[in-house]
Amino acid sequence: MKFTLSWLKDHLDTDKSVDELATTLSAIGLEVEGVEDPGKSLSAFKIARIVEAKKHPNADKLQIVQVEIAKGQPLMEVVCGAPNARAGMVAVFAPLGTYIPGSKITLEKKPVRGVVSNGMMCSAAELELSEESDGILDLPSEWADKVGEAYIDAAGLNDPIIEVKLTPNRPDCTGVRGIARDLAAAGMGTLKPEPKLAPLNEAFDCKIPVKLEFTPETANACPVFAARTIRNVTNSASPDWMQNRLKAAGLRPINALVDVTNYISLDRGRPLHVYDAHKIKGALHARLGKNGEKFLALDGKEYTVDDTMCVIADDTGPLGLGGVMGGESTGCTPETKAVLIESAYFDPVRTAATGRKTGLVTDARYRFERGVDPASVRPGLDLATDMIMKFCGGEASNDKVAGKEPIDARVIPFDYARVEKLSGVTLSEAEITDILKALGFTIAGKPNAAKVTVPTWRPDIHGSSDLVEEVVRIAGLDRIPATPLPRADGIARAVLTDKQKRARRARRLLAARGFVEAVTWSFIPKGEATHFGGGAAELDLANPISVEMSSMRPGLLPGLLASVTRNRNRGAADVALFELGQAYRGEKPEDQYLSAAGVRAGTAHLSGSGRNWDGNAAPVGVFDVKADVFAALAALGVDPAKAQITRDAPHWYHPGRSGALKLGPKTVLAYFGEVHPATLKALDVEAPVSAFEIFLDALPPEKKKSRAKPPLTTSDLLPVTRDLAFIVPKDVSAGDVIKAAANSDKALIKAVNVFDVFEGGSLAAEGKKSVAIEVTIQPATETLTDQAIETITKKIVSDVKKATGGDLRS
Amino acid sequence: MTDTQTDLTKLERELLAEISGASDLATLDAVRVSSLGKKGRVSELMSKLGSLPPEERKTFGQTVNALKTKVAEALDARKSDLEAAALDERLKTERADVTLPVRLGPVASGRIHPVSQVLDEVVEIFADMGFSVAEGPDVETDEMNFDKLNIPAEHPARQDHDTFYFSPKSDGSRLLLRTHTSPVQIRTMVSQKPPIRIIAPGRVYRMDSDQTHTPMFHQVEGLVIDETTHMGHLKWVLQEFCKAFFEVDEVKMRFRASHFPFTEPSMEIDIGAEAIGKPGQWLEILGCGMVHPNVLRNCGLDPEKYQGFAFGVGLDRLTMLKYGIPDLRSFFSGDLKWLSHYGFSMLDVPTLGGGLST
Repeated sequence: MKFTLSWLKDHLDTDKSVDELATTLSAIGLEVEGVEDPGKSLSAFKIARIVEAKKHPNADKLQIVQVEIAKGQPLMEVVCGAPNARAGMVAVFAPLGTYIPGSKITLEKKPVRGVVSNGMMCSAAELELSEESDGILDLPSEWADKVGEAYIDAAGLNDPIIEVKLTPNRPDCTGVRGIARDLAAAGMGTLKPEPKLAPLNEAFDCKIPVKLEFTPETANACPVFAARTIRNVTNSASPDWMQNRLKAAGLRPINALVDVTNYISLDRGRPLHVYDAHKIKGALHARLGKNGEKFLALDGKEYTVDDTMCVIADDTGPLGLGGVMGGESTGCTPETKAVLIESAYFDPVRTAATGRKTGLVTDARYRFERGVDPASVRPGLDLATDMIMKFCGGEASNDKVAGKEPIDARVIPFDYARVEKLSGVTLSEAEITDILKALGFTIAGKPNAAKVTVPTWRPDIHGSSDLVEEVVRIAGLDRIPATPLPRADGIARAVLTDKQKRARRARRLLAARGFVEAVTWSFIPKGEATHFGGGAAELDLANPISVEMSSMRPGLLPGLLASVTRNRNRGAADVALFELGQAYRGEKPEDQYLSAAGVRAGTAHLSGSGRNWDGNAAPVGVFDVKADVFAALAALGVDPAKAQITRDAPHWYHPGRSGALKLGPKTVLAYFGEVHPATLKALDVEAPVSAFEIFLDALPPEKKKSRAKPPLTTSDLLPVTRDLAFIVPKDVSAGDVIKAAANSDKALIKAVNVFDVFEGGSLAAEGKKSVAIEVTIQPATETLTDQAIETITKKIVSDVKKATGGDLRS
Repeated sequence: MTDTQTDLTKLERELLAEISGASDLATLDAVRVSSLGKKGRVSELMSKLGSLPPEERKTFGQTVNALKTKVAEALDARKSDLEAAALDERLKTERADVTLPVRLGPVASGRIHPVSQVLDEVVEIFADMGFSVAEGPDVETDEMNFDKLNIPAEHPARQDHDTFYFSPKSDGSRLLLRTHTSPVQIRTMVSQKPPIRIIAPGRVYRMDSDQTHTPMFHQVEGLVIDETTHMGHLKWVLQEFCKAFFEVDEVKMRFRASHFPFTEPSMEIDIGAEAIGKPGQWLEILGCGMVHPNVLRNCGLDPEKYQGFAFGVGLDRLTMLKYGIPDLRSFFSGDLKWLSHYGFSMLDVPTLGGGLST
């Protein structure tokens, strides 16, 4: 919404500066997006007269003109390229040093083809007044008297333009008068009374019938339609002052009839439409469209209507879309001799829907979809009649009004104490009353039980908290006292849930293992989602921003792998990235799960990556990420040794070099392993990558332990270790050897560690391998005799054989 | 007697000379064996003891023992000297090039994403004011994201949100990606009784993509509901938050009336950019207001009894402002250089006691 200061002053009696007004507008909820002050940018441009014009000696298309820039001063020599420059012409001159906004240059003294120019003769485009750049501004010859004056003063353009960003709840402020009312309430001046219109002589009867043709269910589409005809009009250009204001508001002046409707729309927030009355066939019908009906709109495009849209039609078919856009066939042209003015009310919801379906964005739609003041139907018609007759002459008919304005006089019970209760600011009853009255509310009853009637132009006000907002924003939000929020006595308590604490801990643990945290998109390409077990139709966006962001991610690995590739393309091949975030198994809230996933690419090991004098890092592998998973789980209070490791990681992991960590058959705590070469290929990842996914929601809750730690038990007896190497079939898991050994005497065996695995030599040929373990035996009460240790060792050997078929290596 | 005495003196001289002449540990050990060994020269003297007249035995024994002690001490001293010399020799050969580079280990290279770090900071501040952290799903219903927040189907604000939708179901309903964290307000109010003090951080989605907008970003919602909390409390909470977050003693704040369907009255808040070292500018940082009576009603709360405030702030924007990060889009690029540069060490745990960023 753009308007000028002088326009505002039509409605607001004020001596405040434009800056004060702008500050107040922003504070009361009418956010000023910008103030454009031509007085600041254009004051150097002066009216000047070309006294003499000669051809430039060195250039065909240039002239050298002698310019009078002030009465009685020596003429200035200026080089000018405009074809319309001629002796005697009154034009606009910019002296050296002037910044030219249209061409974004500052004039400097320098020769043009050998002749020094002492300034510039300017076009409208150079002043950013219009697109017109074909020639310099050609001012009326009688302006020769004004030589030396600032052009913008003489042209009435020295009028700051204020642009306000309206929130959708304020249709009343889509007109300058509504803005003036708010400013007046806020103490920025006085709202001027509505101008009295000259008494209207209704010279004849409007011959065009107006019919509302709706069912009771759809009657609200257009509950009232008022029209009047004016005949014998002359539709030329509207007056300069109106054209200037329309241009300042960003509109292109068309002709007087159209300009009047646009002007009243901006001035009062009251959209109108004008028809060439001679082009209307039969009656005007406001009705719903019929599917397939077409009309040519004023934008020159053809639109097809449907039965949800409100159309204005004549006997031959639709002319335009009510509240959105009129039609070309009945548009007013300079030849128009009789005009029919439409002033109606169109339902906001239907108007918005029609606007969206057709894609039409118009000033009328903007206002109707927010809710035009229903009480403005007749005053709007009368105001337009008055202006048209002033500009175009003619004689007016009576008005034809079909239907009735949908005015519901809302009365809100209001206790003034509510202001302080909700806002915390103490205001006198008088001040509350004054503010509400200034905004157009009427008040009856006592302050503790007032009945407040809402003005017809405020469809946004429904309850007492709306009234509090009105009072507080106008009184000034800066008057609200900052009031400490009461807090619990003493030191603040911890607030995070166990799950939230775990997420924090996991994040810092992974960063401590050298991973860099990434945040990647929640939506990924459909193909990738499908590859990683997702891609269900229910998780595809209907309106994705691109195919790369079309499907909700089933896990975090696709995004991380894409980052691996992007980093590789930027020269970083050895990357360790993790993400901790949500992924989606389905569309229900419980299908969203929290995952911590990581990728190690190239040689990005825990200890470092790349080549080093101390030994080069090998490509990452399954044990790097297994260590990550185990370290993370341990940090999150889950003993990974208590979980089973199975070989059924999903298909995006290498089938032989991956594992799943489970509690029971269904609860998967994590997957880890090398990423399947086919997956890497599918995602265009070049480096070897190992990855893991930890499912934080699946982790068993941490046991609530007592805060005091259990007493430390130590033994004075030295532990004993025994090394045992077993020859086992190649496919036996080391974990089974460990488990059998550890379980053979749970009381005494404290630890079993694998210190060597050998699969080469003759063993390979036999399909066997050697697994060497170190068993730590911790005597409990007395030093163990050699014999006792021998007994334990024998039992280990037999238990391992029983479990794995392995023999002690001889 | 004298003879024996002389022999002993001579023997002592000879042995001490041999000891001091031993140039290595092996030679020294040979001297030890030849002197104090079982059949060594000093030991042999002791074996003579039995053959002496009883009156001489005592004196002789004492003398030989003194010799034995003296020789032993000399052997020890020489051994120490030789060992020290040998160590010196060895150390001369053991020399590392200490200018060779070392690896700093994983803690040096790991990083926390700036958004995660800033969320930890925000939680720390609000936890001190008694706010807990609530969460909600990204895939939401029209009802939670709009209807219950007083945004009816045809409300213009609903068009402004540029919502990502999923395909319509057979009953015509369709799910969406939440456009703000406000649905968590609803989920909280329907599931717990006031008093309520929560913040709700999370990802939100809008169909925006340009220099300053990404289709996914982060918000933090705040909600306080009880019977007395008013706009003055809202002002205080936000003032205290801004001071604590930007770690400055004073933050200039400007409150502007605004409109959100789910709050009434509504405000927008600008802060003086002095807080980030850019005096003279205002920065729009958040929208807030008193929870709309319709929203309370939609959650089964009586607006005559309960009231409170809500606010929503862009977490990414706070991050950019506080840490001088220029481009929003890089947040989600997974670019190692960017993450390493703008990310935080895992040791930088924000605390109120130790400072949020220092």
